[in-house]
Amino acid sequence: MTGTKQNISAEIDASCRVPLLALFGGAALWLVAGLAFALVASLTFHNPEMFAGCPFITYGHAVAAANDLLVYGFAIPAALGVILWIFARLSHAELVLPLVPVAAANLWHLGVFIGLATILCGGSSGFTWLEFPRASAMLLGVSFVLIAISAVATFGQRKERELYPSHWFLLAALLWFPWIYSTANLFLVTTTPVRGVTQAVIGWWFANNLIFVWLALVGVGVAFYFLPKLAGRPLQSRFYALFAFWTLILFGTWCGIPQSAPVPAWLPAASAIASMLLIVPLIAIAVIAVKTVCSAKVVCKGGPFCYLKFGMAAFILSGLMLVVEACPQCSRVLELTWFGQAQTQLQILGFFAIVICGAIYEILPRVMGFELPFPKFVRLQHWCFMLGTLLLAGSLAVAGVEQGLKFYSPDAALPALRISTLGWTFFLLGSLLLAANIFVITFRWKLALAKTVIAYVKSPLETSSASASLRRDQGEVKS
Amino acid sequence: MKNGFAVFFAVFVALGGSWLGLVVGPTLQLGTATLDTVLNSSDTWPQQRTGEATLGLQIYRANGCAACHTEQVRQDGVQAEVSLTGLGKSKPEDFKAFVQSLFILPELEKVTNDLTAFLKDWNGELPKTFLTTDDLEAANTMADRLKAAGLKSETLIVATGADIAHGWGIRRSVAADYLYDVPVQLGSLRVGPDLAAVGVRDPLASWQLLHLYAPGAVVKNSAMPSFKFLFEVSKIGAAPSPDALNLPKEFAPPAGCEVVPKPEAKELVAYLLSLRADAPLYEAPFTPAITKP
Repeated sequence: MTGTKQNISAEIDASCRVPLLALFGGAALWLVAGLAFALVASLTFHNPEMFAGCPFITYGHAVAAANDLLVYGFAIPAALGVILWIFARLSHAELVLPLVPVAAANLWHLGVFIGLATILCGGSSGFTWLEFPRASAMLLGVSFVLIAISAVATFGQRKERELYPSHWFLLAALLWFPWIYSTANLFLVTTTPVRGVTQAVIGWWFANNLIFVWLALVGVGVAFYFLPKLAGRPLQSRFYALFAFWTLILFGTWCGIPQSAPVPAWLPAASAIASMLLIVPLIAIAVIAVKTVCSAKVVCKGGPFCYLKFGMAAFILSGLMLVVEACPQCSRVLELTWFGQAQTQLQILGFFAIVICGAIYEILPRVMGFELPFPKFVRLQHWCFMLGTLLLAGSLAVAGVEQGLKFYSPDAALPALRISTLGWTFFLLGSLLLAANIFVITFRWKLALAKTVIAYVKSPLETSSASASLRRDQGEVKS
Repeated sequence: MKNGFAVFFAVFVALGGSWLGLVVGPTLQLGTATLDTVLNSSDTWPQQRTGEATLGLQIYRANGCAACHTEQVRQDGVQAEVSLTGLGKSKPEDFKAFVQSLFILPELEKVTNDLTAFLKDWNGELPKTFLTTDDLEAANTMADRLKAAGLKSETLIVATGADIAHGWGIRRSVAADYLYDVPVQLGSLRVGPDLAAVGVRDPLASWQLLHLYAPGAVVKNSAMPSFKFLFEVSKIGAAPSPDALNLPKEFAPPAGCEVVPKPEAKELVAYLLSLRADAPLYEAPFTPAITKP
């Protein structure tokens, strides 16, 4: 019985292999590239003249390139790969239309490449998180919808009709990204955008829904799938998860308008109330994670379990930072400082990248049918990412508070900003370890594939002539 | 939660609420905004930029300047400054007695202590600001009573807040300021100073060009990278270019060469100088300074 179960799982995993490789491989490369750009940008604080002669990597270009590569290059394709695999596993069915995500993944990476080239040449649209030009946005949008179709079709194959909590989070994410991305692009990245400050309002709405809500939906959805598996006990509990899900999408989606924004007062007020209420889903998610993990008798040893635990803690912290930023008393000090950047990077790297990397390390050996080539790198990368998160988010948050208390004096933030360079370096090292594991395992798989093909070609003649005659027979039947 | 469609529908409604509230709502409210009117004037606001400045906005966008600079000034509130400019036929002692006689008015209850302190120190010099308060009603009452008594006074409305105290603006930024901007680049991080009123603060084009070419030449220990690629270093021809930068020695080009701004640099500076936000509006009132001819 278990034998057949394992066989079915192996077949499901095998059906995901090529699409996942296309998504994860590109994502790992963009992660390395994005972190390299972030490091370049950060070096400006050590010597402002370092890259001043080069019009392609001004600080503004490097920051935009880094942010977009981290989110569009790494986070979203990696998330889509993990979603495809989780849906196939939860449905007990092979991936439907496996070629569609392969093609879409390549289109996606092409779109990111065009976007990156445009930013470096000064063609950015000027809106944060929407710097990519129209052509890139079209490619990204179409690719996302294609992958989502494959995911939803796989979801439709499920034998167990009851939905698992991860289903809600991930399905909502599949619906929400095309919605916010198309809205933001149609309203902003055109020759005739909406008038005046409305652009800024839609920009804030998009940024919050992409960085906070979308990443939270996927990250928490993925964690709710893997945490119970790795801890060896069911999610505690389904009811809390349902509550957390609804409150997250009801309150989280209304956050993001800064308190002192030059817009009608009801907008910041609505955002402030939503941010305060955000404490409710944060507590619910924290309770679920703690109750699921705590009494588990599993030692994680720097493996995926560690990744997920750290990522969830980072998520709660990042959510609380969002709440603090929106609190009117604190926003006076923290607004327009590095504190906001600290929250963003904690959300993207400290929470999302770590959760997704943990998931990738859990998925990769199963999908490829090989052990990881460098199992020790997993633990090493975990340390790199943990130190990177502490140094980066910590130093940026300190820089923000310093700036706020000393009225944006550039010198006040400088020492902390120089420490943040060290944080970026640790992340870059960690991402190289991830890329090494993904690319070596891909290479080994291709080598094994080549060997099989060679073995097949070299195999005795009778087999091939027999199959040739079989094909001839089929041809006759058809004609 | 067995039915995928029911979940989809509920999620659709929940997410759609945010879309209606924060995308459609503001578009309906602000998307049709037209020119604002300057307070106590028939002028409209904002002023249309020159062609050069409009091109400069695109240079600002292309180089990602908004990564380090915001274009929004914040304000805590407004204050009224009532000053005495003339005593008419009265003497300072009469004025003191008159003000003390007004203390019974309920409108002036909050400012009585300030006024008492002022009267104690005042030795009769004019003009003198004698009441600074965020209680605009008290200031108005005071001004009306003084007028009725034949005393001459002037009331200034001044915006307050840390940004304004640091000279980053005269009043807070309002939605109308960005009517002509495509794209609107409010920025979210102040690595450098706010630029909403940089055209009022540093109005010299030559200073701005120098600052873009070599920030260290005009601001000590500036953290801003230079934007040298917006300038051309060329051999001096028959006559020096009238546009050539007047650089201090340590930043000067080799002998026989001059630094001339490319059109991009001039456009960017034209844009920066167009950032003024210096007109009083209904939603952001202040008393403009009277420029003496």
